[in-house]
Amino acid sequence: MVASDRKYTKDHEWVLAEGESATVGVTEYAAHELGDVVFLELPEVGTVVAQGEAVGTIETVKSVEDLFSPVGGEVIAVNEAVLDAPETVNQDPLEAGWLFKVRIEDRSEMDELLSADDYDALIGG
Amino acid sequence: MTDDTPLRTTPLTAWHRDHGARMVPFAGFEMPVQYRGVLAEHAAVRERVGLFDITHMGEILANGPGVEAWLDGLCTNRVAGLPDGKVVYTAMCRPDGGVLDDMLIYRLGREDWLIVCNASNHDKIAAWVAGRAAGVAGVALDDASDRTAMIAVQGPEAAALTGRLAALAGSADALDALEFYTAFALPRPGGRWIVSRTGYTGERGYELYVPYADALPLWEELLALGGDLGVEPIGLAARDTLRFEPAYCLYGHELSEDWTPLEAGIGWAVRLKDREFVGREALQRQKDAGPPRRLVGLEVTAPDAAGRDRPAPIARQGAPVFCGDAPAGVVTSGTKSPTLGRSLALALIDAGCDPADLSVEIRDRRHPVRVVSYPFLAARVKGDPRAAR
Repeated sequence: MVASDRKYTKDHEWVLAEGESATVGVTEYAAHELGDVVFLELPEVGTVVAQGEAVGTIETVKSVEDLFSPVGGEVIAVNEAVLDAPETVNQDPLEAGWLFKVRIEDRSEMDELLSADDYDALIGG
Repeated sequence: MTDDTPLRTTPLTAWHRDHGARMVPFAGFEMPVQYRGVLAEHAAVRERVGLFDITHMGEILANGPGVEAWLDGLCTNRVAGLPDGKVVYTAMCRPDGGVLDDMLIYRLGREDWLIVCNASNHDKIAAWVAGRAAGVAGVALDDASDRTAMIAVQGPEAAALTGRLAALAGSADALDALEFYTAFALPRPGGRWIVSRTGYTGERGYELYVPYADALPLWEELLALGGDLGVEPIGLAARDTLRFEPAYCLYGHELSEDWTPLEAGIGWAVRLKDREFVGREALQRQKDAGPPRRLVGLEVTAPDAAGRDRPAPIARQGAPVFCGDAPAGVVTSGTKSPTLGRSLALALIDAGCDPADLSVEIRDRRHPVRVVSYPFLAARVKGDPRAAR
């Protein structure tokens, strides 16, 4: 069962809303499927992103995947620590391995995301 | 091969599936790309010992009194005059010098030879050697690929592990005496094994050629015998990072029909003097004129504002290389070296360009690179396998 305190996307990202801030990361399922993460590109603080926009990349030994912003708004923080230690994404994807935070522009976008139950079903949990 | 051609299996395919391997199509085979994870598997081979199922490789037996001279006429490296038991790394080229494949040639006896080619080129090489052997007296070819399994045992503990095999109990002296790039044949009830001190990881290691029926018992015996040595199975992903660090060429990356072995950095496996072989004239001409391209080692750098190196993106195969603003070549292989922790690449670039002025384009952005010598990591295939690098 996946963490029930947050929402999910079909791209295997999680979103934790706290006030007007949404913290974004990749799911444990994604971290496992991707394998060893060796490099991340994250959006710059201050960038305004749209829901579903490709805002960065996550690179493993064998592949490169896009990172998407699950909600639109201004990027207000990025996790500098994971840029220097990308393996944190594999070790602790739900907490220390968070990637970036967005100031939520339109709350209704959160409602379009998958619930924990829906995401669990998506990954065959 | 069409998309609906069923993938071929090896005698170990079911074992891989049953033991958590992620399976992928590779050169027409269903092969394990990883078990525990590429970094853990890579470290296991560098520090302990790993097992590889490389049954997908092609094995073509060549027998007869005419083989030695005939085969020498196909190989860039000299195979005529080898002693029994010697193994040679070579390329076979087209008349224009383009590389058909790189391979190992075994002289097991005067009239007993083995050609071991890449799985991806097996059909091409089988057809090439058959065509070149047509009408040649004293050359009989037997493609043994679909009955010969190949298991590689690689790492500092490979010698200790291989020496424990029951089948080798009577061959302890031969195994001890086996030098790098030599091999011996071992008669077995189900057909001979070939024990070869070779590999493609940069570590001490052995490659064992056995009949299909012997493969699974051998694999399981190696795992059972090597528990205290930390043995584990290794997938294709780590096989690639392991060959990359010592900068061993991989066909489809550094080697291609579109350029020559001289450009690809395996000029040491091209012997032009006093020989005739397919491609020799073209290679001699290129050597005399100077190869137009060369293989270089690159490190992608990502200094921050304070000049501190941060993790850099990987320049993967196909990434364009620039010299100043002019296109200068292309990356052939690149990864973050698991042992060194650096973003490294091999690239084929115009011979004339200034190495101080190179950059690489990754996802539409230019990144600075510095030229670094290769091998990136020294092989320790000879001498003490546990020696510091």
